[in-house]
Amino acid sequence: MQTTTSDRLTVRAEEDVVKVRQATRSLAQKTGLNLVDQTKVVTAASELARNTLVYGGGGEVLIEAISDGMRSGVRLTFEDKGPGIADIELAMKDGFTSGTGLGLGLSGAKRLANEFRIESRLGEGTTVVITKWKG
Amino acid sequence: MERIPILRMGDFLLVTIQVDMHDRVALALQDDLTNRIVKNHARGVLIDISALDIVDSFIGRTLANIASMARILDAQTVLVGMQPAVAITLVELGISLPNIRTALNVEKGVSLLRAEVENNIMERDANYDI
Repeated sequence: MQTTTSDRLTVRAEEDVVKVRQATRSLAQKTGLNLVDQTKVVTAASELARNTLVYGGGGEVLIEAISDGMRSGVRLTFEDKGPGIADIELAMKDGFTSGTGLGLGLSGAKRLANEFRIESRLGEGTTVVITKWKG
Repeated sequence: MERIPILRMGDFLLVTIQVDMHDRVALALQDDLTNRIVKNHARGVLIDISALDIVDSFIGRTLANIASMARILDAQTVLVGMQPAVAITLVELGISLPNIRTALNVEKGVSLLRAEVENNIMERDANYDI
């Protein structure tokens, strides 16, 4: 796996969620994703960046254009040092929320991406990685 | 903080969302619209989202809340101009906006709103007769 471009953004305030959306859109366009796939990955980025802010207490987002030789795509890594998720299986269920949201953030982002990985340790934080491939 | 302008057009309120809203701007719009419905005795709200290139769960929920609040205040809401890619993404995300009326563009939205408001008045008059 090769990374061609990368951009690291801090998520500390609501305005930063908008910046993550814009940076994701810009890289998705450059990578050549079609409009529907751009929209899906930007929407997933918005959900996950909001989770980083609201549940993780802020964190960082790494936005990368990647290639595995056969295909190219966009990979997003959301990292926080928040409280972590006690029960990931439960957190991934549609409609489950520990806050005031709709509970569609994690499950929705997973549906919108091609690849989805989540790691979380209680008291240490949460990392979510999604990939959207071109075509 | 920036706010989304609300225009008055007879009995209706018209909102065109042209910026990439962060969450507090969306919540401010919800509050402002609810207040303006009461202040202007508005019968309908038209929200044009043709310039929005994404609607995530937060914005989706805010739009649904606006429609529910408007309904309680005796006003109808019509959402117009959703881009096809946004509609595809919303449904895959798990949001179907079941309680909000939609139209393809502002012109069709205004016709729908007029019909809805008239229908609503006729229904109410019919109920008074009983």
